Amino acid sequence: MLHQPLLLSVITFLPLLSVIALLLLRSEDHVWIRRIALTASLAEFVVSLLLLRNFDPNNAAFQYTEYHNWIGDTIHYHLGVDGISLFLVLLTTFLTPLAILCSWNSIQENVKGFFLSLLVIETAMIGVFVSLDLFLFFVFWELTLIPMYFMIGMWGHDERIYAAVKFILYTMFGSILMLVAIIWLRQLAGTFDLDGIEQYLASTTLSHRTELLLFGAFFLAFAIKVPLFPLHTWLPDAHTNAPTAGSVILAGVMLKLGTYGILRFCVPLFPEAAHELSHLIGALAIIGIVYGALVATVQTDLKRLVAYTSVSHLGFVVLGIFAFQTTAIQGAIYQMLNHGVSTGALFLCVGMLYDRRHTHEIKQFGGLATPMPVLMSFFLFVALSSLALPPLNGFIGEFMILIGTYLGHHAWASWAASGAVLSAIYLLWAYQRVALGEVTVEKNKTLPDASTRERIILVTAALAILFMGIASPLFTRRMEASVNSVVERVNQPVNASQPPRAPGVGAKSTAQAAMPATNRSASLAVLETRGRQ
Amino acid sequence: MATGQMLNLFRVAPEFLLCIAGIIIMLLDPFVGPARKRWLGWLGFAGALFALLAVHRAYDSQGFAYDNLISTDVFSVFVHSVVIIAAALAILGSIDYLEREGIQRGEYYALVLFGAAGMGILAGANELVTAFVGLEMSSISTYILVGFRRKAAASNEASIKYFLLGSFATAFFLYGISMVYGATGTTYIDKVAAALQSGQPSDLNLAVLGLGLIFVGLGFKTVIAPFQVYGPDVYEGAPTPVTAFLASAPKVSAFALMLRVFYVSFGSASDFWFWALLISAILTMCIGNFAALVQTNVKRMLAYSSIAHAGYILVAFAASTTLGVAAVLFYLAAYVFMKVGAFLIVTHLGQQGERRLDIQDYAGLGTRQPVLAACFSLFLLSLLGLPATGGFLGKFFAFQSALDAYSTHGKWIVWLVVIAAINSVIGAYYYLRVIISMYFAEPSRDYIPSSVAPALVVAIFIAAVGTLYLGILPSGVLAFAQRAADSLPLH
Repeated sequence: MLHQPLLLSVITFLPLLSVIALLLLRSEDHVWIRRIALTASLAEFVVSLLLLRNFDPNNAAFQYTEYHNWIGDTIHYHLGVDGISLFLVLLTTFLTPLAILCSWNSIQENVKGFFLSLLVIETAMIGVFVSLDLFLFFVFWELTLIPMYFMIGMWGHDERIYAAVKFILYTMFGSILMLVAIIWLRQLAGTFDLDGIEQYLASTTLSHRTELLLFGAFFLAFAIKVPLFPLHTWLPDAHTNAPTAGSVILAGVMLKLGTYGILRFCVPLFPEAAHELSHLIGALAIIGIVYGALVATVQTDLKRLVAYTSVSHLGFVVLGIFAFQTTAIQGAIYQMLNHGVSTGALFLCVGMLYDRRHTHEIKQFGGLATPMPVLMSFFLFVALSSLALPPLNGFIGEFMILIGTYLGHHAWASWAASGAVLSAIYLLWAYQRVALGEVTVEKNKTLPDASTRERIILVTAALAILFMGIASPLFTRRMEASVNSVVERVNQPVNASQPPRAPGVGAKSTAQAAMPATNRSASLAVLETRGRQ
Repeated sequence: MATGQMLNLFRVAPEFLLCIAGIIIMLLDPFVGPARKRWLGWLGFAGALFALLAVHRAYDSQGFAYDNLISTDVFSVFVHSVVIIAAALAILGSIDYLEREGIQRGEYYALVLFGAAGMGILAGANELVTAFVGLEMSSISTYILVGFRRKAAASNEASIKYFLLGSFATAFFLYGISMVYGATGTTYIDKVAAALQSGQPSDLNLAVLGLGLIFVGLGFKTVIAPFQVYGPDVYEGAPTPVTAFLASAPKVSAFALMLRVFYVSFGSASDFWFWALLISAILTMCIGNFAALVQTNVKRMLAYSSIAHAGYILVAFAASTTLGVAAVLFYLAAYVFMKVGAFLIVTHLGQQGERRLDIQDYAGLGTRQPVLAACFSLFLLSLLGLPATGGFLGKFFAFQSALDAYSTHGKWIVWLVVIAAINSVIGAYYYLRVIISMYFAEPSRDYIPSSVAPALVVAIFIAAVGTLYLGILPSGVLAFAQRAADSLPLH
């Protein structure tokens, strides 16, 4: 298991090292700053691929772990990845070079600061995904905020300051209560270490109120980040005003910090509370799906439209998690990756339009397929992936979520499915208004088609979309063991100590019985290893 | 022991050296021409460094000095270090400031050193009248320092205000001492506790009344609510390096004395003073933060922010455990670096006559002077409590120690922590406003950036390194704070 003892540290801090390299360059040296940032992020991607080599898909425990004392004897530097975080790390390292490439020409002011912020965010986000100590997790969690704040505030569009402040205050409010909860948890368990806390929680039952409060504090922080309806209002502003790279990172990875947190901490640590509130959260997720889709439909600003699709799509993810069922959670993780790639690519396309016309107004476009067929074809392709057309990636994720949810909650699944229909409406309509028909604005007739740099970006994203659509077992196979262990942990207390409350719970156990034999053997193996520990 | 007298001397060596350095500066002052006066500043800095070495020496010879009047324990050593570092940084920041304002005089540095000596006495005092002497020494020095810009009306006003109200406060303190003496028959901090336990109930009431009056006196010095009203005016009117000094060192030493009196003498009455501190903490945080929200003057905003920080410190204080003491001490150390750093940058950017203090005046600093802006952002983010800075860990340990005291204080302390947490988010708004101005706004045209003087560069660098060091590798300082807390003779 411990093949490369330092690999995770290297992956986490490599971008930060390149920041130091950037700091040594003169700020006027724009070309070299861009080149070094790109090289560093590509190197980072290659290094992160090494994680796949020795990753054991049948092992639910954390791999590549590193463990050192940091502050006192309760705070540790503890890293590791499992099937849940592995691909999120890869998603981060995949999107960062694209974000750097797409800002190649559009960022002309304070170039050094921009790429510096981008690389710091990369370190912080990877840190969030690989931290297994709650204190360390919180440090990285908060560190993502400031560079993103600068990114929106310094290189953003018209209302950038308002958007930046709204973004940071919203997120901080959530996270500060999470900090209190983390300290409280330490007081109970005597450690910040995730393993230690899990062991403590396995050996004792928290009082009902304590568990609800702790769950609530964690969940609020994550729900703001996701963002779950009705806490989503910061998102459209942040997206609309962020530079393209900022939107790509924000939508592509940062929102997943929230869903990842829910899946990593909220649900497995406080299963009782998660079950108790699952109906409320499921309802909010469904409202988010439908509401996000409806609001996206009526947007006149292309970027805002894409932003609202995030509210809708992330609703799916939350719904999948709170179905407490292996397939649904696998689907949720897969949907996180899909959303990262597809919505990231949508923002990239919108950004390319913005680079040409300096507007996001849909009215300003129309008939763009005539002057730029290549860019618009990719836009269509990405939109199709986002609206979950088989065999593209979005389909797999949504399908798995819906299947998993349906087993437990028929109504949830049917409501959520309406969101899938709505997504076809708003995306295709948006495409129609932007690309099809006559060219309505004179200026648009002479717009240049995608340049080589842009084609590289688009082809990369499109290949990823296609690959994830066709080769999904490569991904889900590696998630399965870890997801199973989460599902075991969530459903254990309910099955053991309480009679099924909702019909959903009963259905879930049959769903587990219906799991393929490999699934069951994997989860048995998990149970055994846990028992031995 | 033949070395008894020497040991006494070693145990008060920091104060001794500070005073010697101050006296030498005063003696040399008439013989040094105006062009060379700045060297007196460096002399003062050297004096502070020697005192820091002496603190190190005092660590090796711990114990009571001069008939138990002074207690040189790890606690005192910790507070001494922090106070002297604050004084040294303030002196470094003053040298070019005084030159710029045309008020370069030797007394200034001597007063800073005398003040620091008084604060050292406060930190180590084991007897209340000795503590009073220390308090007066530090107060009188700072009264004069606040009014050092003689020709500026604001400075004079601040000085008078500080002097009048400060005299009242010290009188309260003295009155409190007399009541404690009346109730217990002793003014030794470590003997009060024993006397209280054997005393009559009526004596206890008198002693608690005395404690209340001491709280008033020290509350004034630590600028906590409801004794905070004078704070912003004085901080704003004082010369900025003096503000840096005033916001750090006296606060640290007054908190140190407060810890000693409350924990050592009145540890048994913690049920009673817990409530006073709880209410004061909530008021302090809320007043400080909400008032800071509407400020447009950066200096005044930082003044209110230092009130808010006193509130966070009180959260750890209210825990009434050794862990709480350690958290207070760690917070104070982190606070000194970030606060002094922030005020020193304001010192530089204020330009002659302290004209440029408005948030708008900072517009475009991020592109004009990127390193300075980065340092200022670091201090502001640390004050805000962002991870990887000392300010975050200070807050973190404060909250942690308070929540750990849940079993003794019950749910109220949880609410206190929640209020503190929400307050720190409110604080984010006004700190970020400065960053917005520095980075997101267009540079103002009439501003001509001036290069930062070497002494100031050194001071800001030390403060920045300290802030980051305490944020990333705090184990050493934290263990030191823990040992300091353990060295208090708690009952």
